[in-house]
Amino acid sequence: MRDTHVFDKPENIKRLLTGFYVFIGLLIVLDLFISNHPVLPWERYPVFYGAYGFVAYVSIVLASHYVLRKFFGRNEDYYDQ
Amino acid sequence: MISSLPPAAVLILGAFLIPFLKGKAKSVYLLLLPVIAFVSVLTIPEGSHWTIRFLDYELVFGRVDRLSRAFGYIFTIVSFLGTLYALHVEEDGQHVAAFVAMGCALGATFAGDLLSFFSFLEVMSVASTYLIWTGRTSASYGAGLRYLLVHLFGGLCLLAGILIHLNQTGSIAFGTIGLTGLGSHLILIGLGISCAFPLLHAWLPDAYPEATITGTVFLSVLSTKVAVYALARGFPGTEVLVWIGAAMTVFPIFYAAIENNLRRVLSYSIINQTGFMVVGIGIGTALSLNGTVAHVFNNVLFKSLLFMSMGAVMHQTGRINVTDLGGLYKTMPLTTVFCIIGAASISGFPLSNGFVSKSMIMGAASQVGTGILWLVLLFASAGVLHHAGIKVPYHAFFSHDSGIRAKEPPLNMLLAMGITAFLCIFIGIVPGPLYSILPAPVDYQPYTAAHVVDILQLLSFAVLAFCLLILSGLHPVETKVILLDADWFYRKGTKLFYRLASRVLGTDREEPQEVVHGYEKRNVPT
Repeated sequence: MRDTHVFDKPENIKRLLTGFYVFIGLLIVLDLFISNHPVLPWERYPVFYGAYGFVAYVSIVLASHYVLRKFFGRNEDYYDQ
Repeated sequence: MISSLPPAAVLILGAFLIPFLKGKAKSVYLLLLPVIAFVSVLTIPEGSHWTIRFLDYELVFGRVDRLSRAFGYIFTIVSFLGTLYALHVEEDGQHVAAFVAMGCALGATFAGDLLSFFSFLEVMSVASTYLIWTGRTSASYGAGLRYLLVHLFGGLCLLAGILIHLNQTGSIAFGTIGLTGLGSHLILIGLGISCAFPLLHAWLPDAYPEATITGTVFLSVLSTKVAVYALARGFPGTEVLVWIGAAMTVFPIFYAAIENNLRRVLSYSIINQTGFMVVGIGIGTALSLNGTVAHVFNNVLFKSLLFMSMGAVMHQTGRINVTDLGGLYKTMPLTTVFCIIGAASISGFPLSNGFVSKSMIMGAASQVGTGILWLVLLFASAGVLHHAGIKVPYHAFFSHDSGIRAKEPPLNMLLAMGITAFLCIFIGIVPGPLYSILPAPVDYQPYTAAHVVDILQLLSFAVLAFCLLILSGLHPVETKVILLDADWFYRKGTKLFYRLASRVLGTDREEPQEVVHGYEKRNVPT
């Protein structure tokens, strides 16, 4: 089939993800060796930024879809009714 | 020679010659106007120019200092890029309205007095309304009308505030105002409407997605950025702005997360980014104000790039909803790359322009109070990555294959996106030229090893969360939905008022909705 593109092949997605996980591992290792002269107390904890980014992302996705949409979501023709 | 004319006049007066030109001459002329305005901004000496006596007051059309000149660069650069992007548009009215609106943004920026600032702001609102109405759907008509009414209300607050301020101080000079009395509070509310303060913001995600594809690129930099300039001029160091700005960075990310229309996602994103700027103004230190101006400059580039890429998608496919798109990277690779560069920039990845400016505001915020503000802004940074960094490019160009095989947009659109993307990367790698135009001398180094690793961690782990949610099937599915926002009060409220008034007065006129449908029947080509 000619209409096959780079992400149509699962092995390419797997390669991309593997590279990304290696990069994440590298960031964790680097964090242990690079001192960031913390201004705020939280910055002293190892992988603080990573943990904060992960938790923030998950909470945004879950809160918006399961709380905000439930209370404030309406059909697309709501204002036309 | 060029500086004998104010930059605003170059665009506003120049716009009215557009209908008399045709073909290549018109294209060259359209691109030349912002270049002339840019050279004018570049060459005017600091000081007050083009002053006119009006009644007992002195109107100043050319107050040039480092703050106004920086904003002048921003508005002229985006005028050029937006015009290049819109070069294929044949309707002269759209070009004229865009130049008048951008000219008014320049006029407001260089206004040394509150009366001429107010006048430019109002004309800008009218020209912006035209860009919304030329979307020529019933939705764009309604949204444009609401936009105009909300901005006129904001204008009235501003005018009332200016008059009270004038009465109290005897001066219409536009300098530091500060929150000192009723007049200054009204001025702040008026600017707050233009700036999309929380609860005063709903006009923005209501109207911008309904404007023309090319008009939205201009709109995205107009009202909010002029208001940011005015806040930086009039209210630096006003503490309430810190928390107003912080709220602006947070609440839109939840709306943008669910929104189906990708141009509306970006509209909520404007409020989020403007929030960072407002925080910087509220903190009021040299670092934070520099950060605000730098972030305005960068935001104008990456936000217009994102709107351009979504406009290109809409132009080529006729669709803009998440639920209709996907897989476009296969046939629109260049647009995909440009969108990803815009997405990386707005997220603040190292080597992008967002990194070198947002970090200044974050650095200033870390020195305020107990660090709660800093945590809020860090949370908002993860939110930016979610809706603008991932959601926009992922759902338009990747995700599931929608089966749409649209081609790349016209060359002028690609060129505009290419130049804007280049600037995003260039400023990210070489921030020196940007830092050199900021209001205060800059002693700031964004590229320290620790800072790069910290930000990469924040963003990469957020991307990791996205990957894990998708792979595990836990990521909620995007659906066709609209979200109630603050405009509910006046959209439903006016209908209720109309019905009640009709009942009390015993009249039986057509419903407002029918008026809108009547407009649509008259104006939308079939």
